[in-house]
Amino acid sequence: MTFRIGPRTSQIIAYSILLLMTAIMVVVLFFIIFYILKNGLGQLTLEFLTDKTREMGEEGGILPSILGTVFITVFALLIATPLGVGSAVYLVEYTRGGLIRRIISFGADCLAGVPSIIFGLFGFIFFVITMNFGWSILSGGLTLAVMILPTIIRTSEEAIKAVPHTYREISYSLGGGKLDTIVKIVLPTALPGILTGVILGVGRAIGETAAVIFTAGSSLGMPVSVFSSTRTLAVHFYILAREGISMPKAYGTAAVLIIIILAINFVAYRMMHRFIARYY
Amino acid sequence: MKDKIAEKVLLIVALSAILSLVLITFFIFQQGIPLIFKAGLGNFLSVKWAPTNASFGILSMIIGSLLVTVGALAVGIPFGLAGAIFLAEFSSSTIQKTLKPIIELLAGIPSVVFGFIGIVILVPFIRNTFGGPGFSVLAASIILGIMILPTIVSISYDALLAVPTSYREGSYALGATKWQTVVMVLIPAARSGIVAGIILGMGRAIGETMAVIMIAGNALKIPGSIFDSVRTLTSTIALELGYAAGDHRAALFACGSILFLIIIILNIIAIRITGRK
Repeated sequence: MTFRIGPRTSQIIAYSILLLMTAIMVVVLFFIIFYILKNGLGQLTLEFLTDKTREMGEEGGILPSILGTVFITVFALLIATPLGVGSAVYLVEYTRGGLIRRIISFGADCLAGVPSIIFGLFGFIFFVITMNFGWSILSGGLTLAVMILPTIIRTSEEAIKAVPHTYREISYSLGGGKLDTIVKIVLPTALPGILTGVILGVGRAIGETAAVIFTAGSSLGMPVSVFSSTRTLAVHFYILAREGISMPKAYGTAAVLIIIILAINFVAYRMMHRFIARYY
Repeated sequence: MKDKIAEKVLLIVALSAILSLVLITFFIFQQGIPLIFKAGLGNFLSVKWAPTNASFGILSMIIGSLLVTVGALAVGIPFGLAGAIFLAEFSSSTIQKTLKPIIELLAGIPSVVFGFIGIVILVPFIRNTFGGPGFSVLAASIILGIMILPTIVSISYDALLAVPTSYREGSYALGATKWQTVVMVLIPAARSGIVAGIILGMGRAIGETMAVIMIAGNALKIPGSIFDSVRTLTSTIALELGYAAGDHRAALFACGSILFLIIIILNIIAIRITGRK
């Protein structure tokens, strides 16, 4: 005698399993965030955030790493934003299919899939050694710029595509040139979407370890110029945790990272939402 | 005139991504490939890694990378697909709007944090439950599986949503339940997108470095079971690049070249699959 499960029963079983698996996924995510914050929030004193790092991180705070992270990220953005937005403008406004478009898109898609350790190897041999920038904010920032470029290109491209065609046509009908139309009409309208991409790029840059440890180094000194070697928050956290220097300080640093990432995702999400609400 | 100049400048800017890709390819290969020829392919495909003594065998690392990647897929595919199907077909729009950003948040968590969670929670758990060091193929597979979830979920979700509503309606009209429709109509129709998501997830798993270093144990041997320590191509690069010189450094770039080649092939397959629609 064969035992068959009816379609209604299989529907209920399937639904329950899918619900359970999705729930597990969400629980795992919240557990990670909760666990880090529970153990790390207690460490977050003003002193921890504003003091120099002492005894390799066993004592003192994380100010040099906060500054290093900010400098490298800002540097990466200064390079990647104009390149990314420019690429997106060219893709949407100046190409209609064709080989050039395919080449540029292929470059962006492939670059997006390149793992961070490869960026680390490349940054190390190209910026640190060949260009002789040494382990520095300059090398780290340039490496991260290449890494976040595809994120900015893709998001800006979507944002620029979403600007209604009538906007451009009205601008042309009033005698606006192509460049004027892009600068005065298209880009301001697409700004929230473009900023979302930039913010997501910031998130990637801040959380990155493998690409910066071999390009910016791991010096604990206060960064004073673009040629200073520095240790970003993620790298500092990695060294604290892996070498078992100080678990409380590791939790504290992780909590700072998690809070920044949560804030960035929240802002990006809100912006994306306002943007979508306006045009779709 | 102004417009002509702007177009030329923008074209140059737009080539930055592909130019970066070319530069990366050139420098990684230029540093790594010559050593493969100099030392011989047989040397590279052996298991003896003693790069300061001219033994560049990376077989155990290649196997290590493949093992943790297969393990990550074993965890990531079922959960990722389940999440995508639940989100696309069994959720109200409110749940979709809440769950989607939550899963995207998972993608934003730095890999060192995943590695850390592995060290403080998963590794001790495996050590206490199954014995052994805890730092293992299993630990790396689970953490990597979680890390590739957002990639698989969001690409499969988009693929499912892209299936025309008329397909669903046709299936319901024939009396199929929602689950039957998912299995017999939607998954086959969204197959290419789902496969692309899995391939990109695979690329992420094989390329992940910091989380793997922290939890895989990094022993230089071919693991005998999933509870054994394992070392991947990426771990070797990151562990040794800081002090390597000469042929040793070149050998790390050779590891990078092989990794890069695998990633580019996976990317091209994924791009071709999604581009066909």
